[in-house]
Amino acid sequence: MKFSKHEEIWLTISVGMLVLFMVIVGYQTFALGMGPPSNKETLDPQKVDQTAPFDNPGVFEVGPNEYEVVMVLQVFSFTPNNIEIPKGATVHFTMTSKDVVHGFQVAGTNLNAMVMPGYIQKITQKFDKPGEYLVLCNEYCGAGHQMMSTTITVK
Amino acid sequence: MSTATSKSLKEKANQVMGVNLKDAKLAKSYMAVAFIALLLGGILGLLQGFERAGLIQLPYWFNYYQVLTAHGLLLVVVLTAFFTIGYFYAGLSHCLGGLLPKVRKMAWIGFWMKIVGLVIAIIPVLLNKASVMYTFYPPLAAAPSFYIGLALIVLGIWVCAFGAFINVASWRKVNKGKHLPIFAFFATAVFILLFFGSIGVTIEVLILIAWSFGWIPTVNVMVSRTLFWAFGHTLVNIWYLTAVSAWYVVVPKIIGGRRFSDALTRIVIILLVIMNIPGGFHHQIVDPGMSQALKFLHVFMSLSISFPSLMTAFAMFYVFERTGRKLGGKGLFGWLRKLPWGDVRFLAPMIAMIAFIPAGAGGIAQTTNQLNQVVHNTMWVVGHFHLTVGTSVILTFFGISYWLIPHISNRVLTPRMNKVGVIQTIIWTIGMLFMSGSMHAVGLLGSPRRTSYSTYGDNATALGWDPYLIFVAVGGTFLIIGVLIQVFAVFHMMFFAPKGVTEFPIADPEVPVEKTPMWTERWGLWIVIMLVVISMGYVIPLVELIVNAPPGSPPFKTW
Repeated sequence: MKFSKHEEIWLTISVGMLVLFMVIVGYQTFALGMGPPSNKETLDPQKVDQTAPFDNPGVFEVGPNEYEVVMVLQVFSFTPNNIEIPKGATVHFTMTSKDVVHGFQVAGTNLNAMVMPGYIQKITQKFDKPGEYLVLCNEYCGAGHQMMSTTITVK
Repeated sequence: MSTATSKSLKEKANQVMGVNLKDAKLAKSYMAVAFIALLLGGILGLLQGFERAGLIQLPYWFNYYQVLTAHGLLLVVVLTAFFTIGYFYAGLSHCLGGLLPKVRKMAWIGFWMKIVGLVIAIIPVLLNKASVMYTFYPPLAAAPSFYIGLALIVLGIWVCAFGAFINVASWRKVNKGKHLPIFAFFATAVFILLFFGSIGVTIEVLILIAWSFGWIPTVNVMVSRTLFWAFGHTLVNIWYLTAVSAWYVVVPKIIGGRRFSDALTRIVIILLVIMNIPGGFHHQIVDPGMSQALKFLHVFMSLSISFPSLMTAFAMFYVFERTGRKLGGKGLFGWLRKLPWGDVRFLAPMIAMIAFIPAGAGGIAQTTNQLNQVVHNTMWVVGHFHLTVGTSVILTFFGISYWLIPHISNRVLTPRMNKVGVIQTIIWTIGMLFMSGSMHAVGLLGSPRRTSYSTYGDNATALGWDPYLIFVAVGGTFLIIGVLIQVFAVFHMMFFAPKGVTEFPIADPEVPVEKTPMWTERWGLWIVIMLVVISMGYVIPLVELIVNAPPGSPPFKTW
C-alpha cells in the first residue's frame, strides 16, 4: 500500500488548498467578525407578545445612523414591515418566530438567517446603496409561504 | 497468479450457473419499485418546474407544496433506497456465492415494510395532511400516519442492513484470513452508514409520532432539526458511496482496464464511513442556538470528507489514462479518445464523474460558514443537489441499470438499447445543464427554494428572476423525456430484451498485485472510531440544545 508520487503531489496540493481555505474562513469569521448568525438567547415561543423586546416590535435608533429592528416573524408576515432607513445605516436585526420555522433573507445582501421558535436570532448589515430591498421568508412555512415578504427602503 | 486462476474459475462458474434466480427476483423487485418511483417523482418534478416558472398554476387540491413533498419523498427516499439496496444485494449475491436463505427472507421483509411504510406516509401527503416537505421540520405537524410510515421505511431499511451484515459475517467465518471481496466491502460500508446514520432521525420521528398524536404537548425544534441533518447528509453520502462503488469496481472492467490499488480503495471507503455523519451539520450554519466556534469546527468536519473524494478523483483518472494508453492512446490527452464513449455503461458514469467536479467544488463553497450565508435556502442549493444527486449519483445509477437489469433478468443489452441509453444520457445531461445551471444562477440573485411562483407583489428584484426560472422549466422538459426513456429501457431490459447471460462486471486488481494490509478488515474498530467522531461532532451541541432548551413548540398546521 503506497501512494504513487503523482498522487502524493495531487493530495498535498489539494489538502494545502483546503487548509488555506479554512485559514481564510477562520480569519474572516473570528478576526473580521463576518461569521454566520449564531445567537444563543432563548424565549418561550408561546409568549412572544409578552416577552421583551418582542412585546414592542419596531425600528429603533440606537446610535448615530445605527438602528435596531426588533422583528417578529409569523405566518405569513414580518412585523414591522416596509421598513425605511437612511443610506449608510448599520442595522441590527433581532428576530424570533411566533409559530413555525421561518427564514429571513434580504435579496442582494448577505442577510440570511434561520428564525426558529424559541430562539432569538441576530444579524447585522450596513446598507450603503440606496434602493428598495426585497425581504422574504426562505424556509417553507405553509400555504402562504410564497407571499411572506416585505421591503426595506434605503434612502 | 493463483488469484487470477481462481478468479477466472469463479467467472466461468458464474457464467455456467448464471445469476441465482431467487436473488435475482429480489433484485428485480427492488429495481422495479425504484424506477416506478423515478417515473412518478419525475412527473411531479415537471409539474413543479412549470409552476415555479409561472407557466401553470397547480389546483388547490394538488398544490405546489404537496407535489414538492411527494417529489422529494419519491426521489430522495424511495428511488435511492430501493436502488441502493437492490444493487448491493445483487452484488452480495454475486460475490459471496448467493444470499443465505434467511437473509433473502429478511430482504423481502424489509421490502414489504418499506412499501407499506411508503403507502402509509404518502396517503396523508395526497390528502394535503402532510405538506411538510421530506425534511418535516417541526413545529410543522403532519398527520401521525406520515411519521409512522417514515418509521416503517427506516425499520425496513434496518432489516436489510442487518441481513447484509449476517451474510457478510457468515462469509468471513468460512473464509478466515481472506479479504472481503471489494464489492462486498463497499456494501458493508453503505449498510453501516444506513444503520448508524438513521438512528438519530428514528428517535426524532418516534418523538414526532407522540407529539402529533398529542401525547406530548411540545417538541424541541432545534434538537429535531439537528437529529434530522445528522441523517440527512449521511444519506447524501450513502448515495455518493453507492455511485463510487461502481466507479471503482465496475467502470474499469467496462473500459477493459483494471481497478485502482485495492488497499487505497478500501482506505477511501473506511474514511468515508468514519468521517461521514458529522458532515450534516453544515445544513445548520445560519441556525441560532449554536456558537460560531462550533460551526467552524463543523466546517472542518465537512471539508474533511472531501479528502477521500480527492483520492477518488485521482484514482479514476489514473485508471482512465492507464487503460487509454494500453489501448494505444498517445500524447497528453490521446488516451481520452480511446475510452468507449459510445458505451452507455461507461458514458453515463463518466458524465456523472465529470459533473462531480463542479458539484463537489460548489459543495465545498456552500458548506463554508459565511459563504453558506450567501446561498442558504436559495435556489442555488436546489441546483447543487440536482447536480450531485440528480446527475452524479443518478446518472451512475442509470449507467448501472444497463448491465444490472440484463444480469438479473438473464437477458442481454442489445446494441440498439445501448444507443437508446446513449441518447438518454445526452438528454439527461442537457436537461440538467439547463436546470441546475439556472438554479445556481438565480439562487445567487436571492430566489428562495421551496417557494411556489411569486412576484412578491411585482417586486422588481423578484421579476428579474423570471427568465432564469423559465430555464428550469426547459430543463425539466428535457428531463421528463429522459425519465420516460430510462423507465422504458429498464422495463424493456427486464422483460423483453433477448435472453442471454450478462456478467456482473467486477474489475481485477491492477498488476503487480500488491498485498492489502489485513487491518483494513477490522470493521469493529472502524465503527468505534466512527462513533468517536460522531460524538466529537454532536455531543456538545446536542447537550447544549437540550440543557439550554427554551420551552418547546406545540404542533402547527399552516397549510
